[in-house]
Amino acid sequence: MAAAESYPDDLKYHEEHDWARVEGDEATLGITWFAADALGELVHFEPPEVGASVTKDQSYGEVESVKAVSDVIAPLSGEVLAVNEQVVGEPETVNDDPYGNGWLIRIRLSDAGEVDSLLDVEAYRQVLANQ
Amino acid sequence: MPMPQTLLHTPLHDRHVELGARMVPFAGWEMPVQYAGVIPEHRAVRMDAGVFDVSHMGELEVEGPRARELLQGALSNDLDRISVGEAQYTLLTSRDGGIVDDLIVYRVGECSYLLVVNAANRETDYAWLKEREIHGSDVRDVSEDCALLAVQGPRAIERLGLPPAPPFTYAETVLDGVEVMVNRTGYTGEDGCELLCMTEDAVRLWDAVLERGAVPCGLGARDTLRLEVCYPLHGNDIGLDTDAISAGLGWACALDKEFEGVEALRLVKADGPERRLVAFVMEDKAIPRQGMPIEGGGEVTSGSHSPMLEVGIGMGYVPVAQASPGTELTIDVRGRPRRARVVKKPIYKRED
Repeated sequence: MAAAESYPDDLKYHEEHDWARVEGDEATLGITWFAADALGELVHFEPPEVGASVTKDQSYGEVESVKAVSDVIAPLSGEVLAVNEQVVGEPETVNDDPYGNGWLIRIRLSDAGEVDSLLDVEAYRQVLANQ
Repeated sequence: MPMPQTLLHTPLHDRHVELGARMVPFAGWEMPVQYAGVIPEHRAVRMDAGVFDVSHMGELEVEGPRARELLQGALSNDLDRISVGEAQYTLLTSRDGGIVDDLIVYRVGECSYLLVVNAANRETDYAWLKEREIHGSDVRDVSEDCALLAVQGPRAIERLGLPPAPPFTYAETVLDGVEVMVNRTGYTGEDGCELLCMTEDAVRLWDAVLERGAVPCGLGARDTLRLEVCYPLHGNDIGLDTDAISAGLGWACALDKEFEGVEALRLVKADGPERRLVAFVMEDKAIPRQGMPIEGGGEVTSGSHSPMLEVGIGMGYVPVAQASPGTELTIDVRGRPRRARVVKKPIYKRED
């Protein structure tokens, strides 16, 4: 069951519709409700490998619905610590719970200073309002 | 085709918007790609009944004492195999054996035929036939007078309260007060029909069909449904640069009659095609998409996720050496090699 629209206020956002939950020098990354809804039910997640580097503003993976494929943009740079295997097996988890069980990867930040460049929820809602 | 300034609307446009459909441009029309979602709509058609607005498709009438002669010379299948009350899948072919369009022809009278053609090819087909018109034949584009609803699924006929009938037949009847031509045809591989009515009756018919429990379905599900059963899509899998034999549509070509392009097709048939349109299922986790290269010189022409099999599936042209069922293919998925296997068509078949 697809989740209702929401944007938690404890997350940081990237204008390419990605979120980050920063905890110390690590962060969990995912895509926002808006991105998941725009794609429709996800049927494939092409993840990076654990140990790979991801770079802020660049693609680290792909998500696909029946109709479309979309790059997933890293809101922050770092090293991949974990990939959400539940989403690899059941990609629709992202539609059901985009900020919880539908997280995509966990990284160790390589530059904690990048966090300051991300959007807070109000700024991200402004991005959506301008779509 | 020149790009239209504004997208065309079917008579059901407002209904789609009211139902919350996601509307997209398609062949010059603004059409619903999905309502609740491609996957639930797809499953509704496989399990029960779904309804598609396909009023964007074109309808051409060909009439006159020499209508048969005109069409026999332009269409690949043998029109003499159908009587009044019957329909036939056929191809409009070019001189070099290319496919101008694929369509269904209905024999609506001794000297009268109705052609239901792809939306994107309506103008081309009309001009093509008009150019070849002979004295005693008359080609008219009646698309604007007609709306078309495809009601598809194992319970479609029962839900509409219609009697069973063989595929590729039609009957005229009144359904919930609307005069309709009920065509036992479709593009999903399921039982069902396509209901042709006058444009002004479209909303009444749509409402009646929904009232009878058919689930509204968009073009997204229409595409995954047809791909699971390997029905080709003109513009993807077949076109002017592909021939019917290589596409596996030789069964719709009466090579023993004379029609435009028959010599070219006889040659392909005699020499054997160099490549074939095959169906495949992904063995690795990946979704093939149109245009992806297949190792060995092939190319994906249609690809998606199969909602029934829950894997990536597709069709594409490969050299004949790679065309036998069981052959392993390697598809270039945005730079990543991914394994697939050629399967016998159709990809999906109900387990009875």
